[in-house]
Amino acid sequence: MLEIRGLTASIGEKPILKGIDLTVPDGEVHAIMGPNGAGKSTLGYVLSGRDDYTVTGGSVVYNGVDLLDMAPEQRAAAGVFLAFQAPIELPGVNNANFLRTALNAIRRAHGESELDAVQFLKLARIETKRLAMPDDMLKRNVNVGFSGGEKKRNEVLQMALLRPSLAILDETDSGLDIDALRIVADGVNALRAPTFSALVITHHQRLLDRLVPNRVHVLAHGRIVRSGGPELARELEKNGYADLLAEAA
Amino acid sequence: MTAITRNAGAQAGVDGFLACYDALKDALPGDPGVREKAAASFRLLGLPGGTAARRTEAWKYTSLRSVAETAFATRVERGFSIDLSASTATFSRFAAQAAFGPLARPDRDPMVALNTMLAEDGAVLHVPADTDGGVVRIDSDSHGPHAFHPRHAIRLEAGARLVVLETATGTGRYLHNAVTEIDVGAGAHLTHIRLQDESLDAFHFATIYADIADSGTYDGFSLVIGGRIARTEIHARLSGKNAVAHMNGAQLLTGNQHADFSSVVRHDAPHGSSRQTVKNVLGGRSRGVFQGRIEVARDAQKTDGYQMNQALLLSPDAEIDSKPELEIFADDVKCSHGATVGALDAEQLFYLRSRGVPEGEAQAMLVRAFLSDALDFVSDETIRSTLENSVGAWWERQAA
Repeated sequence: MLEIRGLTASIGEKPILKGIDLTVPDGEVHAIMGPNGAGKSTLGYVLSGRDDYTVTGGSVVYNGVDLLDMAPEQRAAAGVFLAFQAPIELPGVNNANFLRTALNAIRRAHGESELDAVQFLKLARIETKRLAMPDDMLKRNVNVGFSGGEKKRNEVLQMALLRPSLAILDETDSGLDIDALRIVADGVNALRAPTFSALVITHHQRLLDRLVPNRVHVLAHGRIVRSGGPELARELEKNGYADLLAEAA
Repeated sequence: MTAITRNAGAQAGVDGFLACYDALKDALPGDPGVREKAAASFRLLGLPGGTAARRTEAWKYTSLRSVAETAFATRVERGFSIDLSASTATFSRFAAQAAFGPLARPDRDPMVALNTMLAEDGAVLHVPADTDGGVVRIDSDSHGPHAFHPRHAIRLEAGARLVVLETATGTGRYLHNAVTEIDVGAGAHLTHIRLQDESLDAFHFATIYADIADSGTYDGFSLVIGGRIARTEIHARLSGKNAVAHMNGAQLLTGNQHADFSSVVRHDAPHGSSRQTVKNVLGGRSRGVFQGRIEVARDAQKTDGYQMNQALLLSPDAEIDSKPELEIFADDVKCSHGATVGALDAEQLFYLRSRGVPEGEAQAMLVRAFLSDALDFVSDETIRSTLENSVGAWWERQAA
């Protein structure tokens, strides 16, 4: 279970998160919606430990441990995974090598044996096939020369291999065509289990049609201004944020 | 600028080498006239930065003061061992003939003057026409406090091929001052890989002169990870048309290491191509130097020259000095050069760490990524994996 209490964070002197309270029980998928600049991506980065954000107050407890005290790699080992809105290119780093290094680092942290190249490739090919990714994406440099859709699929591939227990998807649906969207949603749905939860940051109802969230939260001006069931997403799709923002102000 | 620094200790160092020459000269092999001229040059040139000699442009960033101030044992080590088990090249010792080649310039280069004055031994390799000479290994393993000045020569006749792998290792403080003269015949192909992994107290100087005939290729790669003060100096002359020279390298430094990679490529014939990528990864208070000069003679039309120097600074106290120069007298040429300096990318590091890769391992991955396109120039997979292992060992050492 993820429990966020009174979380505030800034970048430089500028406050971005102004007191977030959010609980995501195990097995649930929660959507985070809201206008641009509301702090949605910041929330994802703060949860995964990016150090250009300063946490100025509050707490984040995941499965009983304080995430804020942990390095990004420790959070990953604890099951946290952030699918980046703009995945980073790593020239000179082979994708298969990257994925295997990450998987083995997490296996090591869990006291599991590492996979050799052959074992890894066997596993990776199952997932690339499921995600309809061409095999050569494993041979290419990480995200270098990938189309927008390929980058997003590569994020989902990482998630599928690393099998996190808490996935944060930051606009993973943006820039995807209908087929890619279905593949991504199927990828997330395949992970759904009583021990898996997800925070899905999105602007669009169409991903939530396939990923049916347990709860939908609206983040605006660094706070959650409204929470509701899946119907809230449909309401927002229809009416936009204007009424909500006026109400919150 | 002319900086005159009088330094009694340093002058004693120069005098020490000259005294060593005076004591040994009757026993040194080869033409005594060449030795005498080299001694006169050395007396004149001194050790740049270390003696009264002026600080020349060629030694702008590298001072030999600490070399001059070190007292080396006069006993000279033989300095190398050779493995010909995978080669058909003809090997003889420099000591046997002591034939000084025409390429080296003791009149200009102080370390070459010193070598020419004192060289006792070295590997002389020859591959006959249209023969694949295989792979030769030349290994040097030194244990101070000696000074040694190996004199190597490699000659490939027309259409010959050879791979030479040189390694240099050791412990303690010593001076390894090698000169190599290389003749690449028409259509011949020499792959010259050097792994400089000397003691961190040692001084290492390697001056290489290569002359490349019509359609010949000199393909050189140096990995520099050792030495307190080191310099790789390459003079390549593309004397025949369609000649090719690659002078790639990587310098990985930490602590207070200083390594200088200087090269001069001279295009003297049309349609020549020269390629150079030198990468520096600098930690601690280390200093990397790159000086690259491309000269294109009036007749060397259709020359294609490319030069790139890149540095990754791992520490705020590390320093890179980069000096590219072009001197072009032909009017139909393509020459480009560039230099970049940067630190590890914070976003890339975070991306890796967010996937569970620990910080040190993430940094190592990005350093290897930075080096990858340089190491890719080494096409022999066995040799490349030897170099990759050395990169890994260097990383462990600097992280410790």
